[in-house]
Amino acid sequence: MSTLKAPLTPRDHVLGPLTAPVTMVEYGDYECPHCAAAHPIVNLVLEHFGNNIRFVFRHFPLSQIHPHAEAAAESAEFCGSSGRFWEMHDGIYENQDQLGLPLLLTLVSALGLSEAAVREALVNGTYLPKVKSDFIGGVRSGVNGTPTFFINGRRHDGSFAFSDLVHSVKENMQIRMPV
Amino acid sequence: MASILPAGTTAPDFTLRVTPDQNLSLSELKGKPVILAFYPADWSPVCGDQLALYNEVLPEFRKYNAELMGISVDGVWCHEAYVEARRLHFPLLADFNPKGAVAKSYGAYRESDGVCERALFVLDDKGVIFWSYASPIAVNPGADGILDALEKMKEGDGSHVDTQSSSHAA
Repeated sequence: MSTLKAPLTPRDHVLGPLTAPVTMVEYGDYECPHCAAAHPIVNLVLEHFGNNIRFVFRHFPLSQIHPHAEAAAESAEFCGSSGRFWEMHDGIYENQDQLGLPLLLTLVSALGLSEAAVREALVNGTYLPKVKSDFIGGVRSGVNGTPTFFINGRRHDGSFAFSDLVHSVKENMQIRMPV
Repeated sequence: MASILPAGTTAPDFTLRVTPDQNLSLSELKGKPVILAFYPADWSPVCGDQLALYNEVLPEFRKYNAELMGISVDGVWCHEAYVEARRLHFPLLADFNPKGAVAKSYGAYRESDGVCERALFVLDDKGVIFWSYASPIAVNPGADGILDALEKMKEGDGSHVDTQSSSHAA
């Protein structure tokens, strides 16, 4: 049983209330097609459980096979520094077929943030340490591909189909509900 | 599943093709930790993920001065194309002729399929197996076990960890 070795920190991007009985952590790569496929499903799962679930996204870019993944992660962190992480996150996954620097710049501008500032952050690698630290925390926790989910700290080894994720979350809520 | 060589065993030496015109011997790597990753085949999806992952984790392995080698029964030309396509920054060795001989010497050959098992070995700087692990063939074992072993080895208590079976993984 692989368990999450990297505890939540204030640097994490978190959706949902602190009081939620279940925390789901996703390790994802913005250029990974499976992660893009999982993205709307994750949103449905979050909607389904409402205030009973908290969601954390961490970066796991496989940059050698996904050349834009790291820049995308850094751009999302850049937006996160202005409190706009989740909008950028959604924007990247929803437009993954166009992923590249032009898309990242367009999304940043659409959020009303500075294109010049994100370019500078990318050149300087300002947010690279955060992205790398997410990655290493994932590796040490047994992330072996993307997306990988941890539900209340335990790796979810099922698929990311809605029913599988819901089942795993329910098990952690210790509530018996009809599937 | 084959019974892989356990921790504490001296790793059998070998010389294998690493490029069409170069050989590599395990004995050349004495003095630094070595990670041997036996895997079934180039191009197959799970191995792809596993090797792609190790490719990204290389800087961490190098913090321990460790050398990573992938080993499968694929030939050198196949390895060369695969390394280029996936931009792998570590060598793949061809256990090609006689087929699977090195894998067999590590107990990591799957006779029924004619391929290597998905097996990991971490060797210390003297060429002794410090940790070994056999994963179910369809399961990417990740890199956490390797890093844990390298870390324990560096702490230098000298005792060998253990040999783990797949029951530990899931």
